[in-house]
Amino acid sequence: MPSSTGRSEPNHVLEFPGGYTRSVGPVVGRFLSELRDGRLVGVRTAEGRVLVPPSEHDPDTGEDVTGEFVEVGPAGTVTTWSWVPRPAKGHPLDRPFAWALVRPDGADTALLHALDVGVFEEGAKPPRFLKTGMRVRPRWRAERNGGIGDIECFQPEVTMVNAPTRLEYSLKGGKALQRFLEGISQGKILGHRCPVCEQVIVPMKGLCPRDGVPTTEEVELPDTGTVTTFAVNNIPDPRAPEVPFVSAYVLLDGAGLTMLTLVAGIPADQVRMGMRVKAAWRPREEWEPSMGNIKWFEPLDEPDVPFDEIKDYT
Amino acid sequence: MTREIAVIAFAQTRHSAEDEGLAEIEMLAPIITEVKQKTGLKQFGFTCSGSCDYLAGAPFSFVSALDAVGAWPPISESHVEMDAAWALYEAWVRLLHGDIDTALVYGFGKSSQGDLRTILTQQLDPYHLAPLGIDAVSLAALQARAYLERSGTTEDDLRAVAARSRQAGRDNPFALHLPEPEGDEYDVAPLRPYDVAPITDGAAAIVLASGDKARELCERPAWITGIDHRTEPHSPGVRDLTRSESARIAGEKAGAAGVEVAELHAQFSHEELILKEALGLDGGEVAVNPSGGALSANPMMAAGLIRIGEAASRIHDGTATRTLGHASSGPCLQQNLVCVLSGEDHG
Amino acid sequence: MGERCAIIGVGQTAYKSKRLDVSMAGLLREAARRALDDAGLTWKDIDAVVVGKAPDLFEGVMMPETFLADALGAAGKPIMRVHTAGSVGGSTAIVAAGLIQGGVHERVLTIAWEKQSESNATWALTVNSPFTTSLVVGAGGYFAPHIRAYMRRSGAPDHIGTLVAVKDRENALRNPYAHLKIPGISREMVESTPMLWEPIRYLETCPSSDGACAMVLASEDAARKAPAKPAWVHGTSMRSEPMMFAGRDSVSPQGGKDAAADVYRQAGISDPRRELDCAEVYVPFSWYEPMWLENLGFCGEHEGWKLTEAGATALDGDIPWNPSGGVLSSNPIGASGMIRFAEAALQVRGLAGDHQVDGARRALGHAYGGGAQFFAMWIVGSDKP
Repeated sequence: MPSSTGRSEPNHVLEFPGGYTRSVGPVVGRFLSELRDGRLVGVRTAEGRVLVPPSEHDPDTGEDVTGEFVEVGPAGTVTTWSWVPRPAKGHPLDRPFAWALVRPDGADTALLHALDVGVFEEGAKPPRFLKTGMRVRPRWRAERNGGIGDIECFQPEVTMVNAPTRLEYSLKGGKALQRFLEGISQGKILGHRCPVCEQVIVPMKGLCPRDGVPTTEEVELPDTGTVTTFAVNNIPDPRAPEVPFVSAYVLLDGAGLTMLTLVAGIPADQVRMGMRVKAAWRPREEWEPSMGNIKWFEPLDEPDVPFDEIKDYT
Repeated sequence: MTREIAVIAFAQTRHSAEDEGLAEIEMLAPIITEVKQKTGLKQFGFTCSGSCDYLAGAPFSFVSALDAVGAWPPISESHVEMDAAWALYEAWVRLLHGDIDTALVYGFGKSSQGDLRTILTQQLDPYHLAPLGIDAVSLAALQARAYLERSGTTEDDLRAVAARSRQAGRDNPFALHLPEPEGDEYDVAPLRPYDVAPITDGAAAIVLASGDKARELCERPAWITGIDHRTEPHSPGVRDLTRSESARIAGEKAGAAGVEVAELHAQFSHEELILKEALGLDGGEVAVNPSGGALSANPMMAAGLIRIGEAASRIHDGTATRTLGHASSGPCLQQNLVCVLSGEDHG
Repeated sequence: MGERCAIIGVGQTAYKSKRLDVSMAGLLREAARRALDDAGLTWKDIDAVVVGKAPDLFEGVMMPETFLADALGAAGKPIMRVHTAGSVGGSTAIVAAGLIQGGVHERVLTIAWEKQSESNATWALTVNSPFTTSLVVGAGGYFAPHIRAYMRRSGAPDHIGTLVAVKDRENALRNPYAHLKIPGISREMVESTPMLWEPIRYLETCPSSDGACAMVLASEDAARKAPAKPAWVHGTSMRSEPMMFAGRDSVSPQGGKDAAADVYRQAGISDPRRELDCAEVYVPFSWYEPMWLENLGFCGEHEGWKLTEAGATALDGDIPWNPSGGVLSSNPIGASGMIRFAEAALQVRGLAGDHQVDGARRALGHAYGGGAQFFAMWIVGSDKP
């Protein structure tokens, strides 16, 4: 198990490759298109209010808005604000700045954006001139792509924006799994025997999912077992040696339930239900606390187990 | 349809500010065992949980949690991708049908595994808000500013809320024990670090029972006399941030008036003040967050359920007769649930 | 089961691989508005909203009902979000019906959806933590071994899956909302497509769709005022079991049997094949039709494939399954369960159009999810229960 990593080194990243592809529909799309042209527009509701940013519906009633788009601002009034003395990684500015709700002139609702009020040292207190009621204007980007970021930020009036989806985590597998992987790092397959159903659960979870009771009795299982059922996969996977590859449920000898694993060392079309298999371990010097230590399971030169004896494990 | 339904057991973890290396099910299993032992129940008529995939960084976080329950023979079960207070609401509705008489509710979250404020950015409108990268604390601070300016409340008043919450939290064995608020540095102004609920890992479970079953299994059941939840528009620019209209309606429907104890799921100091106003609790006779509240322990997806559990515990232990538990979800108190409990048995 | 609950409105979007013409709010509002129109109601008539969808990673928005709340007319109202994996569309309808049956509300809007085109289904379903100990490659990779086990146990001939794939796609040609429409679909065509996860062929799998499905559920009082004929809920049931444990039957899970027994008991049904007129059952891979025929008690063990082979489940058979074309023809994952429930309601209302089963009076809606471990079912009828 890798030691606890700091935030700087996540061991798990949730990031959809290439970014989400978000269709925006006609109303949001119009707003963003106008933004790209350097204009700020709102949409009028049936009751006559102008919503900025526009939505497809009146947020109070749920009714459709009218199709009438109204150019607003671009100047507007700050209705409230907060101050970020130490900007975080995803923030739009890398020096202290304000978040503000800005009601553009001619609009009845406010738009959220960053407000740049000048250069400050990290950790600075909010400047005194930063106030609700302050008049502000957008700072447009020269290159605009049709996103809320086409406005770089707002700035005070007188003196002077593909979705980010990367989240970083430091995950721990839990005590039971940690112990299981510790075993794997020493070439041992560990399970727990449930005190109620007396079956061996592998990998163990510290409890029996069926009986809902804690399990502690450790049992070492051999690395041999029987294929109960399997799929022949024709879709490539980085974890598999080649296409086609076989993913199989293997019932380790002595285990109460099967594990899903790779089977190799035999042509895919010769894998059978009931086939006896043994773990193929990576060279000892490559072992780490990971299931990756077992490359796959390979056929043993033993007779197949009759289906009747394994059918209750499928 | 009316039916007497009560909270009859509550258990929570000793919440932690750091990742203690436990998997979610390892956190959860002992407290499920605890409520089973407290009630003597092994099976429940219905089970409902609350959790969030984004906290774990992977889909289906609730699926493995089921392993902690002992779902065999198969159980009647549901899950909300919300704070478990809403799971309790779903279970309450299910009990109203009259054909079952017990329900298990649980929620769990490990906020320590990622950067919670950035994760919460993913909850925002993906066209106008999330692309800005605004985080949950920055948004809350906007609401705080708006509230301070409208109400004339000061930053010192916020500090007082934090001080009282932390003091109470130090007397609660399950909460984090946090020091007196100090320092002048802002987190996101006008909020200082102590105005922001701490990152917390934890889980909680509640058992509900109806009528005579509740009386049989619990000496002093906490009867649910009213429960309601409401939402309001999402965008912070289209609503009055200085008031919580959704909490006001939910409080009115649930009958919040006249409670002795209120456990409010305020994740920022100013939220407590906004909620007290919305629920009509600003008179001063109501004990607010005697547990220390979310400002002392805020395990995401369980913290709202814990408020209901704490409010019920004050009835179970006989120290109060009428209490309130509140849960919140979404940016700037967008969605609110109010549950009013009573020790008076009209059965 | 408390107060009576009626389905007075059904609305669906067109299901497509990419609905690039709408935002998420636009997609949901398209289905919701059609359901409201069917019920003769407006947004303000709705008391509460219940939303369901599968994992948030599909669209990359955490708890998206938060930002969609007002787009669904929920300002000042209760809104809830259900998530029970692939069964979620069914569970969501059951939670919404529960609000009526518990006497809490008069009119509830329920909606389930997925906009899979915003990312990629295989990615969103199988983001693995660094400690993963098993190897699953997509949903097909998970279910293929169980299908193989079914074939071995039942002795079903290899071509049964092909028959289901053809039958459901033929039905889809009659459904204006269906995603996959393959004119001239035939056994030869299905058998000419490659094995993705043997024994599953390409045309034996469900597509990835964008789409939403909505219903308006109502109390008996409110149903009286509805302009069109309602359907009535005769029973609902949910069951869950752990994914892996010693002694689990993954081919015919106990949870499915128990949920079916429960919902039949509520509806007073002892012989589902005879007493139900049609069924919309969650069949994402063709072989799940014979597997669920057995699990749901439409026939004895190892007999399901014989019903399929004999044409009993065809639109003109004695117990039509998936007259809409089913999940094999449209699969916005989070919505797929609700589509089954809603199509069952349309059948008993007599409003299923070209795929109407003549004279249908009682129908089953079914959904399952996870490792075939979460089940949600309802039975609806044209008469009050």
